[in-house]
Amino acid sequence: MGNVLIQLISVPLIFIGFVTGKVIELRHLRRLALREAALRDVGICNLRKIPVELSERESFLVTGSAVIATDHFKVFAAGLRGLFGGEMKTYRSLMSRARREAVVRMLEQARQLNAGSVWNVRLETSTIQGKRRPGGIEVFVYGTAVKR
Amino acid sequence: MIVVNTEFIPGKRIREIKGLVQGNTVRAKHVGRDIVAGLKNIVGGELKGYTELLVESRREALVRMLGQAEELGANAVLNVRFATSSITSGAAELYVYGTAVVVEDEAVSPASEGKIAAEPV
Repeated sequence: MGNVLIQLISVPLIFIGFVTGKVIELRHLRRLALREAALRDVGICNLRKIPVELSERESFLVTGSAVIATDHFKVFAAGLRGLFGGEMKTYRSLMSRARREAVVRMLEQARQLNAGSVWNVRLETSTIQGKRRPGGIEVFVYGTAVKR
Repeated sequence: MIVVNTEFIPGKRIREIKGLVQGNTVRAKHVGRDIVAGLKNIVGGELKGYTELLVESRREALVRMLGQAEELGANAVLNVRFATSSITSGAAELYVYGTAVVVEDEAVSPASEGKIAAEPV
């Protein structure tokens, strides 16, 4: 609750966070959509067993990670949600952005090394805490890429 | 829709791998529940409010994942994994992911023989 009060004092920051945060998010999402479309031919799944047909080909580990920061508006909106309960939509979009970015980076690495698919993909999330509020979240994703 | 956390379904074979599907949600309970939970922490025991919160959130995430799978035209999700991470105090992110596939009965698929291990699309 104290957190919300502190947030109320910093109304201008929330406003700046809302405007620029929104712009940054929308641009990020647009970029992601483009890159994802370009990577559509690289398959991705979390099955552990690579089929016999592919087992003779060279395989290697690919990784991707991204740290995305929250903005003042997101923290404020989530703080309000914390009072009334319900889904924190601002944080949900933050998480999915980070995850998509990490996956895209992994797939780009796979594509660069001429892989056709990535198997046994796993995702890890960690919170990078600021002094009073969450500073950002990190998503790390890794898997086994198999050459074309 | 078949949802399992194994990589195979007995009696079925994978015809096509559709790719990774996922669902997530970040939820919080209203502040009253947080206060009750704080009091409960003095004596210990189950935090029912939070148990409920996590159950609801997991279901929500699962439904979103299934929605994605359906969109891809899959009829099963294999190797489903749940992950939980705390973003801020009093709120948790529930994340679920799996591989969307099209499966068929093992017996009735002479036509698609040899196609089982196609690269995921």
